[in-house]
Amino acid sequence: MTIAIIQFGGSNCDLDVLHVLQEVLNVDAELVWYKDNNLDHYDGAIIPGGFSYGDYLRSGAIASRTPIMDSIKRMADSEKPIMGICNGFQILTESGLLDGALTTNEYPKFKCEWSYLRVETTDTPFTSRFNKGDVIRVPIAHKDGNFYSDEPTLTKLDDNQQVVFRYVDKNGQITDEANPNGSHENIAGIVNEKKNVMGLMPHPERASESILGTTDGLRMFQSMIDHISK
Amino acid sequence: MHYCAEVTIELKSGMLDPEGMTIKRALGHLGYQTTNVSTAKKYLIEVDEESRDIAEQKVDEMCQKLIANPIIHNYTIELRETQ
Repeated sequence: MTIAIIQFGGSNCDLDVLHVLQEVLNVDAELVWYKDNNLDHYDGAIIPGGFSYGDYLRSGAIASRTPIMDSIKRMADSEKPIMGICNGFQILTESGLLDGALTTNEYPKFKCEWSYLRVETTDTPFTSRFNKGDVIRVPIAHKDGNFYSDEPTLTKLDDNQQVVFRYVDKNGQITDEANPNGSHENIAGIVNEKKNVMGLMPHPERASESILGTTDGLRMFQSMIDHISK
Repeated sequence: MHYCAEVTIELKSGMLDPEGMTIKRALGHLGYQTTNVSTAKKYLIEVDEESRDIAEQKVDEMCQKLIANPIIHNYTIELRETQ
Protein backbone atom coordinates (compact mmCIF):
# COMPACT_ATOMS: atom_id res chain seq x y z
CA MET A 1 0.00 0.00 0.00
CA THR A 2 1.31 3.43 -0.94
CA ILE A 3 -0.39 6.74 -0.34
CA ALA A 4 0.44 9.79 -2.47
CA ILE A 5 0.89 13.16 -0.76
CA ILE A 6 0.40 15.85 -3.38
CA GLN A 7 2.79 18.82 -3.35
CA PHE A 8 2.11 22.17 -4.99
CA GLY A 9 4.23 25.28 -4.86
CA GLY A 10 3.28 26.65 -1.44
CA SER A 11 2.11 23.41 0.21
CA ASN A 12 3.51 23.45 3.73
CA CYS A 13 1.90 20.61 5.68
CA ASP A 14 3.16 17.94 3.26
CA LEU A 15 6.06 16.81 5.47
CA ASP A 16 3.84 16.68 8.56
CA VAL A 17 1.45 14.30 6.79
CA LEU A 18 4.40 12.26 5.50
CA HIS A 19 5.77 12.03 9.06
CA VAL A 20 2.44 10.79 10.45
CA LEU A 21 2.04 8.13 7.74
CA GLN A 22 5.64 6.92 7.70
CA GLU A 23 6.86 7.38 11.26
CA VAL A 24 3.71 7.13 13.36
CA LEU A 25 1.73 4.61 11.31
CA ASN A 26 4.53 2.83 9.45
CA VAL A 27 2.76 3.11 6.11
CA ASP A 28 4.39 3.68 2.73
CA ALA A 29 3.79 7.22 1.51
CA GLU A 30 5.42 9.32 -1.17
CA LEU A 31 5.51 13.02 -1.95
CA VAL A 32 4.26 13.62 -5.49
CA TRP A 33 4.98 16.91 -7.28
CA TYR A 34 2.00 18.49 -9.05
CA LYS A 35 3.55 18.07 -12.51
CA ASP A 36 3.31 14.27 -12.28
CA ASN A 37 0.16 13.18 -14.01
CA ASN A 38 -0.16 9.51 -13.22
CA LEU A 39 -1.34 8.40 -9.81
CA ASP A 40 -2.65 5.02 -10.98
CA HIS A 41 -0.19 3.01 -8.87
CA TYR A 42 -1.18 4.74 -5.61
CA ASP A 43 -3.91 3.41 -3.34
CA GLY A 44 -5.07 6.76 -2.07
CA ALA A 45 -4.04 10.40 -1.86
CA ILE A 46 -3.82 13.22 0.64
CA ILE A 47 -3.80 16.85 -0.46
CA PRO A 48 -2.12 18.65 2.43
CA GLY A 49 -2.55 22.17 3.76
CA GLY A 50 -0.57 25.26 2.95
CA PHE A 51 -0.86 28.26 0.70
CA SER A 52 -0.61 26.83 -2.81
CA TYR A 53 0.30 29.57 -5.29
CA GLY A 54 0.15 32.16 -2.51
CA ASP A 55 -3.66 31.88 -2.40
CA TYR A 56 -3.61 33.97 -5.61
CA LEU A 57 -7.01 34.43 -7.28
CA ARG A 58 -8.78 32.37 -4.58
CA SER A 59 -7.47 29.82 -2.11
CA GLY A 60 -6.96 26.57 -4.00
CA ALA A 61 -8.08 27.96 -7.37
CA ILE A 62 -4.78 27.70 -9.22
CA ALA A 63 -3.80 24.30 -7.77
CA SER A 64 -7.21 22.88 -8.73
CA ARG A 65 -6.45 23.57 -12.41
CA THR A 66 -3.03 21.84 -12.51
CA PRO A 67 -2.42 18.61 -14.46
CA ILE A 68 -2.26 16.37 -11.39
CA MET A 69 -5.89 17.16 -10.61
CA ASP A 70 -6.94 15.15 -13.68
CA SER A 71 -5.25 12.15 -12.05
CA ILE A 72 -6.92 12.97 -8.75
CA LYS A 73 -10.29 12.99 -10.55
CA ARG A 74 -9.50 9.60 -12.11
CA MET A 75 -8.55 8.31 -8.67
CA ALA A 76 -11.84 9.64 -7.28
CA ASP A 77 -13.75 7.90 -10.09
CA SER A 78 -12.01 4.62 -9.24
CA GLU A 79 -13.31 5.02 -5.66
CA LYS A 80 -9.91 5.23 -3.99
CA PRO A 81 -9.89 7.40 -0.86
CA ILE A 82 -8.72 11.01 -1.15
CA MET A 83 -8.42 13.37 1.80
CA GLY A 84 -7.95 17.14 1.43
CA ILE A 85 -6.84 19.02 4.53
CA CYS A 86 -7.32 22.81 4.84
CA ASN A 87 -5.88 24.15 1.56
CA GLY A 88 -6.49 20.61 0.26
CA PHE A 89 -10.21 21.04 1.08
CA GLN A 90 -10.19 24.38 -0.77
CA ILE A 91 -8.54 22.70 -3.77
CA LEU A 92 -11.15 19.91 -3.78
CA THR A 93 -14.09 22.36 -3.76
CA GLU A 94 -12.45 24.52 -6.43
CA SER A 95 -11.97 21.43 -8.61
CA GLY A 96 -15.62 20.46 -8.26
CA LEU A 97 -14.85 17.16 -6.53
CA LEU A 98 -16.61 18.46 -3.42
CA ASP A 99 -19.64 20.73 -3.08
CA GLY A 100 -19.60 24.30 -1.85
CA ALA A 101 -16.86 26.87 -1.45
CA LEU A 102 -14.55 28.04 1.34
CA THR A 103 -14.83 31.80 1.74
CA THR A 104 -13.23 34.35 4.06
CA ASN A 105 -13.81 33.79 7.77
CA GLU A 106 -16.75 35.74 9.18
CA TYR A 107 -14.30 37.66 11.36
CA PRO A 108 -11.72 38.20 8.65
CA LYS A 109 -8.48 37.16 10.25
CA PHE A 110 -6.23 34.11 10.24
CA LYS A 111 -7.29 31.80 13.06
CA CYS A 112 -4.90 29.26 14.56
CA GLU A 113 -6.49 27.51 17.53
CA TRP A 114 -7.93 24.24 18.83
CA SER A 115 -11.41 23.33 17.75
CA TYR A 116 -13.85 20.68 18.90
CA LEU A 117 -15.46 18.60 16.18
CA ARG A 118 -18.40 16.23 16.35
CA VAL A 119 -18.24 13.12 14.20
CA GLU A 120 -21.49 13.15 12.21
CA THR A 121 -21.07 9.88 10.32
CA THR A 122 -18.83 6.84 10.60
CA ASP A 123 -19.92 5.56 7.22
CA THR A 124 -16.90 6.94 5.33
CA PRO A 125 -13.40 5.60 4.66
CA PHE A 126 -12.06 8.32 6.98
CA THR A 127 -14.19 7.93 10.09
CA SER A 128 -14.73 4.19 10.60
CA ARG A 129 -12.52 4.29 13.71
CA PHE A 130 -14.85 6.76 15.43
CA ASN A 131 -18.27 6.43 16.98
CA LYS A 132 -21.05 8.65 15.72
CA GLY A 133 -21.32 11.66 18.01
CA ASP A 134 -17.73 11.47 19.26
CA VAL A 135 -16.35 14.90 20.17
CA ILE A 136 -12.72 15.23 19.14
CA ARG A 137 -10.12 17.98 19.43
CA VAL A 138 -8.25 19.02 16.27
CA PRO A 139 -6.61 22.39 15.54
CA ILE A 140 -7.54 24.78 12.75
CA ALA A 141 -5.24 27.28 10.98
CA HIS A 142 -6.89 29.27 8.20
CA LYS A 143 -8.38 32.54 7.00
CA ASP A 144 -10.60 31.14 4.26
CA GLY A 145 -12.49 28.36 6.02
CA ASN A 146 -16.03 29.67 5.98
CA PHE A 147 -17.97 26.85 4.30
CA TYR A 148 -20.65 28.17 1.98
CA SER A 149 -23.15 26.43 -0.25
CA ASP A 150 -26.65 27.24 -1.46
CA GLU A 151 -29.65 25.83 0.40
CA PRO A 152 -30.47 22.96 -2.00
CA THR A 153 -26.87 21.73 -1.74
CA LEU A 154 -26.91 22.00 2.07
CA THR A 155 -30.11 19.94 2.14
CA LYS A 156 -28.53 17.36 -0.17
CA LEU A 157 -25.42 17.17 2.04
CA ASP A 158 -27.60 16.61 5.10
CA ASP A 159 -29.93 14.11 3.44
CA ASN A 160 -27.05 12.01 2.07
CA GLN A 161 -25.09 12.18 5.33
CA GLN A 162 -22.22 13.89 3.54
CA VAL A 163 -21.43 16.20 6.46
CA VAL A 164 -18.62 14.42 8.32
CA PHE A 165 -17.59 16.93 11.00
CA ARG A 166 -19.21 19.99 12.59
CA TYR A 167 -17.65 22.55 14.92
CA VAL A 168 -19.15 22.11 18.40
CA ASP A 169 -18.43 23.10 21.98
CA LYS A 170 -16.68 20.63 24.26
CA ASN A 171 -20.05 19.09 25.19
CA GLY A 172 -20.84 18.37 21.55
CA GLN A 173 -23.41 21.16 21.15
CA ILE A 174 -23.60 23.12 17.91
CA THR A 175 -23.32 26.78 18.94
CA ASP A 176 -22.37 30.04 17.24
CA GLU A 177 -19.51 30.46 19.73
CA ALA A 178 -18.05 27.10 18.72
CA ASN A 179 -18.09 28.10 15.05
CA PRO A 180 -14.64 29.63 14.39
CA ASN A 181 -15.26 30.97 10.89
CA GLY A 182 -18.97 31.40 10.20
CA SER A 183 -19.36 28.13 8.27
CA HIS A 184 -22.94 27.29 7.28
CA GLU A 185 -24.42 24.86 9.80
CA ASN A 186 -21.01 24.71 11.57
CA ILE A 187 -19.69 22.45 8.81
CA ALA A 188 -16.00 21.56 9.22
CA GLY A 189 -15.73 18.64 6.79
CA ILE A 190 -17.74 16.92 4.06
CA VAL A 191 -17.49 13.99 1.64
CA ASN A 192 -18.65 13.56 -1.95
CA GLU A 193 -21.69 11.44 -2.79
CA LYS A 194 -19.60 8.26 -3.14
CA LYS A 195 -17.96 9.16 0.20
CA ASN A 196 -14.42 8.40 -1.02
CA VAL A 197 -13.36 12.06 -1.20
CA MET A 198 -13.26 14.05 2.05
CA GLY A 199 -12.27 17.64 2.68
CA LEU A 200 -11.91 19.23 6.11
CA MET A 201 -10.50 22.52 7.35
CA PRO A 202 -9.00 21.23 10.68
CA HIS A 203 -5.57 19.60 10.62
CA PRO A 204 -5.65 15.94 11.76
CA GLU A 205 -1.88 15.63 11.15
CA ARG A 206 -1.34 18.15 13.95
CA ALA A 207 -3.35 15.98 16.34
CA SER A 208 -1.77 12.59 15.70
CA GLU A 209 0.77 12.17 18.52
CA SER A 210 0.27 12.38 22.27
CA ILE A 211 3.20 14.81 22.54
CA LEU A 212 1.02 17.24 20.54
CA GLY A 213 -1.81 16.92 23.06
CA THR A 214 -4.11 14.45 21.32
CA THR A 215 -4.20 11.58 18.87
CA ASP A 216 -7.79 12.26 17.79
CA GLY A 217 -6.63 13.13 14.27
CA LEU A 218 -4.68 9.91 13.89
CA ARG A 219 -7.89 7.89 13.72
CA MET A 220 -8.78 9.56 10.39
CA PHE A 221 -5.56 8.28 8.83
CA GLN A 222 -6.01 4.88 10.48
CA SER A 223 -9.56 4.66 9.11
CA MET A 224 -8.27 5.48 5.63
CA ILE A 225 -5.60 2.78 5.91
CA ASP A 226 -8.15 0.23 7.19
CA HIS A 227 -10.30 1.02 4.17
CA ILE A 228 -7.43 0.52 1.72
CA SER A 229 -6.36 -2.72 3.43
CA LYS A 230 -9.83 -4.27 3.11
CA MET B 1 -7.15 42.98 -33.26
CA HIS B 2 -5.94 43.75 -29.77
CA TYR B 3 -8.52 43.87 -27.02
CA CYS B 4 -8.41 44.62 -23.31
CA ALA B 5 -11.10 43.02 -21.19
CA GLU B 6 -11.92 44.52 -17.84
CA VAL B 7 -13.31 41.65 -15.77
CA THR B 8 -15.06 42.51 -12.50
CA ILE B 9 -15.73 39.74 -9.99
CA GLU B 10 -18.29 40.35 -7.26
CA LEU B 11 -19.76 38.20 -4.52
CA LYS B 12 -23.33 37.10 -5.22
CA SER B 13 -25.95 39.13 -3.40
CA GLY B 14 -26.66 37.94 0.12
CA MET B 15 -23.16 36.53 0.57
CA LEU B 16 -21.17 37.65 3.55
CA ASP B 17 -18.47 40.21 2.65
CA PRO B 18 -16.31 40.51 5.80
CA GLU B 19 -13.79 42.82 4.12
CA GLY B 20 -16.53 45.18 2.98
CA MET B 21 -18.07 45.17 6.47
CA THR B 22 -14.69 45.96 8.04
CA ILE B 23 -14.14 48.88 5.65
CA LYS B 24 -17.66 50.12 6.38
CA ARG B 25 -16.86 50.15 10.11
CA ALA B 26 -13.55 51.95 9.52
CA LEU B 27 -15.31 54.59 7.43
CA GLY B 28 -17.70 55.02 10.35
CA HIS B 29 -14.70 55.68 12.64
CA LEU B 30 -13.73 58.48 10.25
CA GLY B 31 -17.20 59.98 10.48
CA TYR B 32 -18.52 58.67 7.14
CA GLN B 33 -21.84 56.88 7.44
CA THR B 34 -22.41 54.42 4.60
CA THR B 35 -25.33 52.11 3.94
CA ASN B 36 -23.12 49.38 2.50
CA VAL B 37 -19.57 48.69 1.32
CA SER B 38 -18.85 45.67 -0.84
CA THR B 39 -15.59 44.50 -2.35
CA ALA B 40 -14.93 43.42 -5.91
CA LYS B 41 -11.85 42.33 -7.81
CA LYS B 42 -10.87 43.62 -11.21
CA TYR B 43 -8.66 41.84 -13.74
CA LEU B 44 -7.38 43.37 -16.96
CA ILE B 45 -6.92 40.66 -19.58
CA GLU B 46 -5.39 41.50 -22.95
CA VAL B 47 -5.90 39.26 -25.98
CA ASP B 48 -5.25 39.27 -29.71
CA GLU B 49 -8.29 37.87 -31.54
CA GLU B 50 -9.85 38.13 -34.99
CA SER B 51 -13.02 39.80 -33.83
CA ARG B 52 -14.74 41.36 -30.87
CA ASP B 53 -17.18 38.43 -30.63
CA ILE B 54 -14.38 35.87 -30.42
CA ALA B 55 -12.49 37.95 -27.85
CA GLU B 56 -15.61 38.27 -25.71
CA GLN B 57 -16.35 34.54 -25.98
CA LYS B 58 -12.78 33.60 -24.99
CA VAL B 59 -12.75 35.89 -21.97
CA ASP B 60 -16.16 34.59 -20.90
CA GLU B 61 -14.75 31.04 -21.03
CA MET B 62 -11.79 32.15 -18.92
CA CYS B 63 -14.19 33.55 -16.32
CA GLN B 64 -16.21 30.35 -16.21
CA LYS B 65 -13.19 28.04 -16.04
CA LEU B 66 -10.92 29.96 -13.67
CA ILE B 67 -11.35 33.65 -12.90
CA ALA B 68 -14.74 33.36 -11.15
CA ASN B 69 -16.19 30.67 -8.93
CA PRO B 70 -19.82 30.32 -10.09
CA ILE B 71 -20.90 29.11 -6.64
CA ILE B 72 -20.10 32.45 -5.00
CA HIS B 73 -19.42 35.01 -7.76
CA ASN B 74 -21.10 37.09 -10.45
CA TYR B 75 -18.89 38.63 -13.10
CA THR B 76 -19.07 41.28 -15.78
CA ILE B 77 -16.83 41.79 -18.81
CA GLU B 78 -16.17 45.11 -20.47
CA LEU B 79 -14.19 44.81 -23.64
CA ARG B 80 -12.44 47.60 -25.48
CA GLU B 81 -10.28 47.65 -28.55
CA THR B 82 -6.76 48.87 -27.87
CA GLN B 83 -3.65 49.56 -29.88
